[in-house]
Amino acid sequence: MRPKRARAPASHGFGFLDENAKREVRRALMKAVAIPGYQVPYASREMPIARGFGTGGLQITLSMLGENDTIKVIDQGSDESVNAANLRKFFTLVCPGVAGTTRTQDASIVQTRHRIPERPLRSDQILVLQVPYPDPLSFVEANGARRSEMHGSANYARLWTKLYEDMVTFHEIAISHRYPARIAGHYVIDPSPIPRWDVPKLNMAACLYLFGAGREKRIYAVPPYTSAEPLSFSDVPFRVEDFKDARGERHRCARCGSAGTFLDELLSPDGSRTFQCSDTDYCSQILEAKPCKGS
Amino acid sequence: MQRVLEVSGLSRIYGRGCARCAGETGPAFERNVCPACGSVVAVHDVSFHLLPGEILGIMGESGSGKSTIVKLLNFDETAGGGQARFFDGERTWDLFGLNSAERRWLRDNRMGTVYQNPHLGLNLDISAGGNIAERLLMNNVLSYREIRERAVQLLARTQVPADRMDEHPRRFSGGMQQRVQIARALVTNPPLLLLDEVTSGLDVSVQARILDLILELQEVLKISMIAVTHDLGVIRLLASRTIVMRYGRVVEAGLTDQILEDPQHAYTQELVAAAL
Repeated sequence: MRPKRARAPASHGFGFLDENAKREVRRALMKAVAIPGYQVPYASREMPIARGFGTGGLQITLSMLGENDTIKVIDQGSDESVNAANLRKFFTLVCPGVAGTTRTQDASIVQTRHRIPERPLRSDQILVLQVPYPDPLSFVEANGARRSEMHGSANYARLWTKLYEDMVTFHEIAISHRYPARIAGHYVIDPSPIPRWDVPKLNMAACLYLFGAGREKRIYAVPPYTSAEPLSFSDVPFRVEDFKDARGERHRCARCGSAGTFLDELLSPDGSRTFQCSDTDYCSQILEAKPCKGS
Repeated sequence: MQRVLEVSGLSRIYGRGCARCAGETGPAFERNVCPACGSVVAVHDVSFHLLPGEILGIMGESGSGKSTIVKLLNFDETAGGGQARFFDGERTWDLFGLNSAERRWLRDNRMGTVYQNPHLGLNLDISAGGNIAERLLMNNVLSYREIRERAVQLLARTQVPADRMDEHPRRFSGGMQQRVQIARALVTNPPLLLLDEVTSGLDVSVQARILDLILELQEVLKISMIAVTHDLGVIRLLASRTIVMRYGRVVEAGLTDQILEDPQHAYTQELVAAAL
């Protein structure tokens, strides 16, 4: 047991979950790392937020947090949305000694929903993704037992058939987020609703990616330096969003001017459109680094 | 002579089975339900072989066990006893001694099955081309252009209009669904094709065209086939050799012409007389 200096609220111990629950989650995490991409079942606990609001990520993070950790929480790229701000506050409340941050490079653990930070994570950092639907095969096979068998024998022809149907209907693969990716040449995972832009970041990354689905009670992982290939055809390569306008020029962030980030499109009441970095921390840091105008 | 398939002593009992099951059922007793334990003896001690490029007919009334044989060979169900050896070029497969990965590989690569009901053989929620693509994708053909080309080829060979390949087979006529099923089964060039009542339920002119197609495929591709049917006309047209089944047993086997012209078993005589 770790020595406790700061005191946790009286109603529960450090990290909200009891030690046995945390141990069970950590055991599932070890198995998930040992078998990259395999969905490990675990006993998802009741949490003080509703299932489907990030309880999977929450349990993983709580099981790993120690007193010297620094936690960052992102929701759709933003640190300040209600979900992100409240989860960050919750972590610092139930884990005395843990500091909250918005700066990606200062965090030891980043919990996220829908985005992977633009700044590449280091080998001493862990990214925890909240997952609504862990099984990519649920699109194409309703029977869970048969899905496990398909995963076991790496039988993903039906997923590829879906891509084929997209090509026939739309002349391109029409999956905007949750793009299935094959991990270490065997299991195909649903990388949670990250945009296509973020999928290549899973491949051969320095950091550890952990995925938690609280409602579906599954944990899986992409360990560091593990291959993650988005499914595609040999003659129809996977591609990410290009953010080009009608003239073929790439949109820039209206705030920091970056032209190499994932952009959110903002509609103003007068009907005009602007684009802005989805990763607000990255955007702000670029802005801070710029020399101040007019002074 | 070289063989494609050799089946011996094939058995399948639905129910818990008992020592008296085999001895007290069959054509001699006119029943396939065991009087002692109530189990259904669907197939008992069936042996036959299949030669390269040959169509073997399996004929019998409903409940005679003919479809069970296809289900066993296709791994849809587990055999209760007996042996089936599949000679595929250099390799010999003991069909009932394989693990699930080998079974799946054989079924996806080296065998094709065409069911009476297109719902079983096709995914009606994806396009006709997609159904063919799926079987290629199972075999790691991952080039979109190659998949398209192969699908067009196969659909042309089975006389499905190329401009309908991106439509869902749900909107096709029964005959055309059957032709898509055949195209899907053929796309991996399997040496063995199992046909389970392929023309039952189709109208007569469509039946004739499907049968023509099957004969043409046999002629051109030299595929060995097992055709299960209750229809004497289909047997007469397709099969060079036929086995006749009743109550899970083979009652007569031989050249089709011989069986139809000079039936030996009382049941076959009845069957031929009824058809003529």
